Amino acid sequence: MAKAEKIEIYANLCKGCEICVELCPVDALEMKDFKAAVKDLDKCIACMQCELRCPDFAIEVYKK
Amino acid sequence: MAYDYSKYLRAGKIPHIWCPGCGYGIIMKSMIRAIDGLGWDKNEVVMTSGIGCASRLPGYIDANTLHTTHGRSLAFATGVKVANPKLKVIAMGGDGDMTAIGGNHFIHACRRNIDITCFVFNNYIYGMTGGQYSPTTPKGSRATTAPYGNSDNQFDIAQLAMGAGATFVARTTTYHAVPMEKLMKQALEHKGFSVVEIIAGCPTGYGRKNKLASPAGMIEWQKDHSVAIAQWEKMSDEEKAGKFPIGVLHEVNKPEYVEAYDANVGLS
Amino acid sequence: MAKKVKFLQGNEAVCEGALYAGCTFYAGYPITPSTEVAEVLAARLPKIGGRFIQMEDELAAMAATLGGSIAGKKSLTATSGPGMSLKMENLGYGYLTEVPCVIVNVMRGGPSTGLPTGPGQSDVMQARWGTHGDHPCIALTPSTVQEQLNETVRAFNLAEKYRMPVILLTDEIIGHMREAVEIPEPGDLPVIDRKRPTCDPKDYLPYKPEADGVAPMADFGSGYRYHITGLNHLPDGFPSNDGKLAQADEIRQQKKVDDNYDEIVVVDEMMCDDAEILIFAFGSTARSAKEAVQMARAEGIKVGLLRPLTIWPFPDKHLAKYAGKVKRVIVPEMNLGQTALEVERVMKGQPAVEGIFQIDSEPINPVTILNKIKGGK
Ligand SMILES: Cc1ncc(C[n+]2csc(CCOP(=O)(O)OP(=O)(O)O)c2C)c(N)n1
Ligand code: SF4
Ligand code: SF4
Ligand code: SF4
Ligand SMILES: [Mg+2]
Repeated sequence: MAKAEKIEIYANLCKGCEICVELCPVDALEMKDFKAAVKDLDKCIACMQCELRCPDFAIEVYKK
Repeated sequence: MAYDYSKYLRAGKIPHIWCPGCGYGIIMKSMIRAIDGLGWDKNEVVMTSGIGCASRLPGYIDANTLHTTHGRSLAFATGVKVANPKLKVIAMGGDGDMTAIGGNHFIHACRRNIDITCFVFNNYIYGMTGGQYSPTTPKGSRATTAPYGNSDNQFDIAQLAMGAGATFVARTTTYHAVPMEKLMKQALEHKGFSVVEIIAGCPTGYGRKNKLASPAGMIEWQKDHSVAIAQWEKMSDEEKAGKFPIGVLHEVNKPEYVEAYDANVGLS
Repeated sequence: MAKKVKFLQGNEAVCEGALYAGCTFYAGYPITPSTEVAEVLAARLPKIGGRFIQMEDELAAMAATLGGSIAGKKSLTATSGPGMSLKMENLGYGYLTEVPCVIVNVMRGGPSTGLPTGPGQSDVMQARWGTHGDHPCIALTPSTVQEQLNETVRAFNLAEKYRMPVILLTDEIIGHMREAVEIPEPGDLPVIDRKRPTCDPKDYLPYKPEADGVAPMADFGSGYRYHITGLNHLPDGFPSNDGKLAQADEIRQQKKVDDNYDEIVVVDEMMCDDAEILIFAFGSTARSAKEAVQMARAEGIKVGLLRPLTIWPFPDKHLAKYAGKVKRVIVPEMNLGQTALEVERVMKGQPAVEGIFQIDSEPINPVTILNKIKGGK
């Protein structure tokens, strides 16, 4: 299973829509102060869906 | 490495104006990756749009961009393409833009089979003006102008395009970000008039009125209600009820409008 | 050397003028009495490497005309009455976005389908104010078939120079009449092309005016990637909600025309020097007025004709010279008094305007004008 080295979330771009959080298949993300945040990087399987579906260029996943 | 969108985005224009969770940002990203994947020269890319939330997209793209009047995206695009067929012309707009006020331009662009790629962003609503029903709003759905539920019949945009003569017709959704990119690429490469209908969530104008408030919920809805065309063709009418096919729905080769005109009048 | 003379229909002469001016793109929708323009250009344009397209309606025709110009081609569209009404939305877009092109309106009776095969002059105010919002306007009113040609060339030149749509406001009579026309040789008439940018593309500001109030315009595809929008915009072309800036920009656009009155406004003044009675007439009505003036002069009546070839901007300066000087001013027109209102505004009651207004699909008879001159009904 692929893994992520890091997940960047740009708070200035994140509009807090929760798409990434709700659609993450492994529950690796969460909302904090109305913005997306990484909950558990180890869980991330680097499926890239959060990055692809974020409408706001606010989240980037760097694969290991 | 994360994908670098910045080479196709105009500097300083992001964040865009779309609401939190609006599907259009997902479409824009797929579109950028599709164009990038084809290696097109930005100087040759023309993007036209009408008026509406969808039509704001070209303003963000570093290309030759033309934000026109409501519904007229394809009419302007046709002028650009006929005047300079070397340009790669992409016309876009919302469901209202393309099938209500611009419906006439839409069917005639299909009929001509002019080499333009048309992306229709179908969010089932007039988003920009605050949620009035459009020609694609499902029967029974609520809209600000359908307080008792919508009583109108709906257009099926893809079928409309096929019936009118488009030579490449596809449908996708914002759930399918990667397949969307592939379909867009195919449409862009197709010689002739190509249409991609993209089902997108409008949490503000449609979702709120119809108890689909969560943007993620709207994307899940798209997954649950869409069926790949190969599977669709094997389904019974009962199984199809309430669902819609996605993928390449129609693809034929026919003479392209400007080439046919040029050959006919002795220009080529 | 003898000039080439052709016996042309007025609508054909428009086509000759357009081709002389370098038009290579036409988008239209057929409508009487303008259709010959489309028919002739459908045949002629491919012969010079241009293209013709018949669109699905006039909304589309106007849009495609602007699109063609944005792609770098001098573009033309022609229509009449109902079609002109449909063009209004995108004509406004052309003004706001400063896209050069020429729109021919061969006026017929109206409103609505009206009297489709007869002449009219009822679209004068529509030409000025038909689309919503404030905007500059140039509209030219030829009276002869030769002028159909020459004024079409001038319309293109003004469109290109001031980067805006220009209307050729003609009518069914001139559009369909046949007269001998001198075909200009290359070089006989000036042909102006729009200013295009020469700067580094990254420095290009599509709406930053130069000293003449006009910004250079890049063709789409020429390496200057920029944004065009019908929203009020900043010099970089991107939308802005700043009302103060929007106002300043609209005023700048209006000034492109106002500040160049002397170049844009052309008026033919016939026997006006000693005139005690002034006739103000344009288009085909000016032909009748000219005859009436000649008949009246033969009877020793001091009457002159002021005939604008530019109806918008209104020839205020030319007309104002006669305020307080002439005893009477008569405005014959095939409408219920549209330019008469403007004449009244300029003359300020010195003298009051007398109109001959007719919308019965018949040209105004010179005798009708003569009778008015002589104080009859
Ligand atoms: C001629 C005209 N009529 C009405 C409007 C108002 N208007 C602006 S956008 C819009 C509807 C947009 O809906 P759609 O095309 O579906 O785009 P969306 O905003 O949903 O992306 C309307 C009715 C207009 N701008 N111009
Ligand atoms: S999808 Fe993007 S904008 Fe939405 S919450 Fe996640 S990071 Fe923020
Ligand atoms: S890459 Fe996939 S698994 Fe990792 S956070 Fe994003 S959606 Fe979750
Ligand atoms: S109103 Fe709807 S379509 Fe418009 S930006 Fe908001 S969510 Fe998107
Ligand atoms: Mg919509």
